[in-house]
Amino acid sequence: MQQFIIRRILVAFVVLFGVSTFVFFMVHLIPGDPATVMLGVRATPSRVAALRESMGLDEPLVVQYGNFLLNVAQGDFGRSFRTNRPVVHEIQVRMWPTVQLALAGMGLALLIGIASGVLAASKRDTWVESLVMVVAMIGISLPNFVLGMLLMLFFSVHLRWLPTMGYGTPFHLVLPALSLGFLYSAIIARITRSSMVEILGMDYIRSARAKGLNEQAVMYKHALRNGLIPVVTIAGLYLGVLLGGAVVIETLFSWPGLGRLAVESIAARDYPMIQGIVLVLATGFVFVNLLVDISYGFLDPRIQYN
Amino acid sequence: MLTRKQWYKFRRKKVNFFAAGFILMLLLTAVLAEYVAPFPPRFQTRGSVLIGPSSTHLFGTDALGRDIFSRVVHGTRITVMLGVSATAIAAILGLLQGLIAGYYGGIWDTLIMRFTDMLLSIPGILLAISIIAILGPGLNNVIIAIGIGSMPQFTRVVRGSVLSVKEEDYVTGARVLGQSDFFIVLRHILPNIMGPVIVLATLRIAAAVLNAAALSFVGLGAQPPTPEWGAMLNEARRYLSSAWWYTVFPGGALALTVLSVNILGDSLRDILDPRTDY
Repeated sequence: MQQFIIRRILVAFVVLFGVSTFVFFMVHLIPGDPATVMLGVRATPSRVAALRESMGLDEPLVVQYGNFLLNVAQGDFGRSFRTNRPVVHEIQVRMWPTVQLALAGMGLALLIGIASGVLAASKRDTWVESLVMVVAMIGISLPNFVLGMLLMLFFSVHLRWLPTMGYGTPFHLVLPALSLGFLYSAIIARITRSSMVEILGMDYIRSARAKGLNEQAVMYKHALRNGLIPVVTIAGLYLGVLLGGAVVIETLFSWPGLGRLAVESIAARDYPMIQGIVLVLATGFVFVNLLVDISYGFLDPRIQYN
Repeated sequence: MLTRKQWYKFRRKKVNFFAAGFILMLLLTAVLAEYVAPFPPRFQTRGSVLIGPSSTHLFGTDALGRDIFSRVVHGTRITVMLGVSATAIAAILGLLQGLIAGYYGGIWDTLIMRFTDMLLSIPGILLAISIIAILGPGLNNVIIAIGIGSMPQFTRVVRGSVLSVKEEDYVTGARVLGQSDFFIVLRHILPNIMGPVIVLATLRIAAAVLNAAALSFVGLGAQPPTPEWGAMLNEARRYLSSAWWYTVFPGGALALTVLSVNILGDSLRDILDPRTDY
């Protein structure tokens, strides 16, 4: 177990090293001269030269790469072109709303997904199961921003219950979290259902029923506890995706998170900022995956690592 | 093309007919867009700004007096084109990498698969956004970005299939006969790994259509006045409270397309997978 964790942490570091290399080369893969692209074609040659100098673009590639890794390891992502403030500060400000949205989205997804998955499994071969599965299929196909706009249309414009966009109160969180989480609630409902169906066919469930336990106890004490193992795994993996995937929903709801900052930075060609955001989000993703992998063993003691 | 058993599996789910019918209609619309649409996609009707659905304007008009139905119809062409070309890029690159990694193994396998793992460790949409940051916004760049973004999934599937196929007796036989690696891969391995690749490609087309629309929606993909569904939805945002049709019709077209392709992909997996025989 210990060996597995250590190996898994080492692999995570190798992946992060790869990601930083990719992020470093992002600027160098820009067609044409990065400094000219960033400043626009009308920039004077002296300004371009000054930017090249300050970015270290005139140094040999190996030196630039070394400096980049050294700075990143110390948490220094350079300064934003747009605001001239350190990228790290900007990211720190925008990080919490993104984390908040991802957690709320996953919370809703788990709540809706597990409840409807259990419902579908316990009402097997009835219209209830078909309904849940049809809604889940639609949930998997409905683009989250279309869902977001439809929710806005209904709850904000038509019923006037919730604010259309913005950030601050718990009310502002409801629609973005629901738009973001619905897809995952559909996935979780499918997985919960198939996992529960499998477990309800096991011998120990038959024994529990045979000794006269009521259906509620069988369902929640015996079946659900074991049925949730794959759900937890999937939820963990998707939490990482949610962190990076909130780009569109953040833009739609004017949510002041990292995703929206990324879109704004691309429009403004603010490369240090883009590099920082990609690096931070990818690190979050790798870190969450690492935790999920390690938690397998604790959730299901039957799993052995060899 | 389909055996009797496969046709039986397809027919068993009624929803497959709906999905196949919708896709067929979508393809026809894409080819015949000029004949289906009553107006050119950029034609502005004077004085008909943000008018609700009517017999002249089936889906209503937008903020510039353009017919939304015509724009949705012309949008099918863009959607089909980008879904297919992004997935083709992903499939071709993934096949190349997966075949090399699986067939030659050794250092090639290690290099390609570690690279693939690294790409998979960045969420797809973030990877696409990073690539757009390099190439700049625009529809063509979105296609490239999404293609590269789904490439690692193909690499993985192809490599896995190659590993199992290359141990088959007919591959050993071909090698004993002294056939070249290129010929063996082309004639013996490639045809036998296409099943999973086709299933993955179908499902990835749905994801590509969705992601491309999302990128256009945040302003990184198709730019106005291109009648792309995601870009149209972006324009619709400002008129959400006054013109529901502006959001509902392009959004509905997008959702139905992704839904149909997903349903077909799921069925295709069942049909091509012998483990679900009964």
